[in-house]
Amino acid sequence: MSPFQVVTAGSQGSSAQPVSPHNVSHRGGEANPSAQALKDKFAAAVKRVEVIWGETVVFIDPASASTVIRWLHDDPSQQYDYLSDVTAVEYRDAEMPIEVVWHLRSLPYRRFLRVKAQIPKGQPLEIDSVYDIYRGADWLERECYDMFGIRFKGHPDLRRILMWESYKEGFPLRKDFPLRGRFSRSEQLRQALAQNPEARYSMEELSIANAFEDLPEDMRKRLDKGVRTGE
Amino acid sequence: MANRTVEVELSTTGLDAQGRAQRVPLVTNDGGSAVSVEPPPGMEPDLEGEHMLINIGPQHPATHGVLRLVLELDGETVVRCIPHLGYLHCGFEKIGEYRQYNQIICWTDREDYLNSIGNNVAFALGAERLFGIEITARCTVLRVIACELSRVMSHLVWLGTTCIDIGAFTPFLWAFQQRERIYRMIEKWVGARLTTTATRVGGMAADIPSGWTDDLRHFLKTFPNTVDEIDRMLTRNAIWVGRTIGLGVMTPDEAVNWGLSGPMLRASGVAYDVRKDFPYLDYETYDFDVPVGTNGDVYDRYLVRMEEMRQSVRILQQAVDRLPDGPVNIDDPRIILPPKSKATSEMESMIHHFKVVMEGPRPPIGESYVAVESPKGEKGYYMVSDGTSKPVRWRIRPPSFVNLSAIPKMVEGHLLSDVIAINASIDIVMGEIDR
Repeated sequence: MSPFQVVTAGSQGSSAQPVSPHNVSHRGGEANPSAQALKDKFAAAVKRVEVIWGETVVFIDPASASTVIRWLHDDPSQQYDYLSDVTAVEYRDAEMPIEVVWHLRSLPYRRFLRVKAQIPKGQPLEIDSVYDIYRGADWLERECYDMFGIRFKGHPDLRRILMWESYKEGFPLRKDFPLRGRFSRSEQLRQALAQNPEARYSMEELSIANAFEDLPEDMRKRLDKGVRTGE
Repeated sequence: MANRTVEVELSTTGLDAQGRAQRVPLVTNDGGSAVSVEPPPGMEPDLEGEHMLINIGPQHPATHGVLRLVLELDGETVVRCIPHLGYLHCGFEKIGEYRQYNQIICWTDREDYLNSIGNNVAFALGAERLFGIEITARCTVLRVIACELSRVMSHLVWLGTTCIDIGAFTPFLWAFQQRERIYRMIEKWVGARLTTTATRVGGMAADIPSGWTDDLRHFLKTFPNTVDEIDRMLTRNAIWVGRTIGLGVMTPDEAVNWGLSGPMLRASGVAYDVRKDFPYLDYETYDFDVPVGTNGDVYDRYLVRMEEMRQSVRILQQAVDRLPDGPVNIDDPRIILPPKSKATSEMESMIHHFKVVMEGPRPPIGESYVAVESPKGEKGYYMVSDGTSKPVRWRIRPPSFVNLSAIPKMVEGHLLSDVIAINASIDIVMGEIDR
């Protein structure tokens, strides 16, 4: 009747039907086989492996993030071809390093792996981009930059995505950022009123249609100075 | 005969010697009748190679929320697309760091508001993994029912609004009638239609009322007729096929690499469904198919979503047949509130009530990422706990955010009117994208 058949992605490695996790233990348990493979391959870069609630976490050296993830993506015995998420974690304890977290999935092997890189305190918040491995990392890394201020080296277009470009208060998800914002309400209101909702296009967009010359004089002056408002 | 210039309103656009646009005043002769000004010979507008900038949104019904697309057009063909987001950003993840786990559940309603009860379930599953809780058998089946009902609901909204975007009005009414029936059932169950907040860590806010399963069975019996009706109306409709086939094609490799999920990914021929590949809520014990497309275009996404509604009906049928009796909530006074009657009459229950409300349940130190198959795709909640009653980090993995990031790739080279169809096929909810 239906033109569709039961299809599951996992065809290599694990032929058994997966089951819902039940009674997983807090720490320990069977680790993802990729963790051991990573230890064998990158002995220096892999710092430690943990299993928390049945999920394997591999802590790697931030300098080798791109290399390790590229190997996980390309190696035929791993095939982590799907990037679920890129995000970061900052702890309430100010001594703890900021962590960049990648959630990777191998669709052929039905595996899930969490890769973490800890950026030590005092070092610049920079890490390799995985944009050229996974195109899906494009907006995820931009969001991570927008919220945490982590610069992804090699990302072609790293700019704010959820906040507007002229946002000056910092990075909202950092723990030193107060819940109501860094500026006072009156300052936030003043800045909001100073925005010009007419100037809705960036210079890059205006260059498309040579529309810059047609703008009013004051708007051209402001855009010349690099100010971009209304966004 | 002397010509004189009249009002500016009468002027038309012409071209100057350099070929640039300029205003040409209309002229009248002495008798007062208008004399048109022919452009000088050889100055016909030549627009070849000149690109146009067009702005869609953020206040535009066809962008399904406050999405703004800046398009570069060559004639009617899209050369480049620059999306702008963030108009609905309200910092859910930041607010979550200041709330107890049960208090965050009401925020999950508001992100993907077409699938609110499914988000409640997803968040509760993530929190329960973090707490190390095993939920009861009845609760598991009730949550499956909640998830599948909300999948049907979300797909119906997608179907109706996409039909409107493409120019068909009738299926919209049919779809919304059925959606209204589901909303009535949800309202009977949890008391709210859209902002359900139906789950709690360790259980549900409420058990289903008596007679509710009869409503559900009646719905399951009659609802497939509507799907068939819409199917008959659209699937072989020349206009529908012409407006959807071959648009926004993503090959399987591209779709995986761009991180697409849900019907977007499966329409491209990749059979990744979280319910099958990384099951939760005992989905592996249900008998259902995963529809997979072949071309990865807008038409295949439509077919996949239509079939998913039928498969959801199958799952719901099995779930309602196996619904066991027993408690809905787990038996742990540190996590679940005691019944109100006990809290007002027994000392211990009152203390537990006070502790759960004021301090909140505390998970051990740890972290969990739980993904579910939401109607839009892989929806993940990543929670990190430092042992206090509030999470250190609460991260939403929004499927429509990642799906939408492929829109520049999908619309380039298509016509302006196809941008609307492609954008509709992604099934975006801006509340989830901007959070």
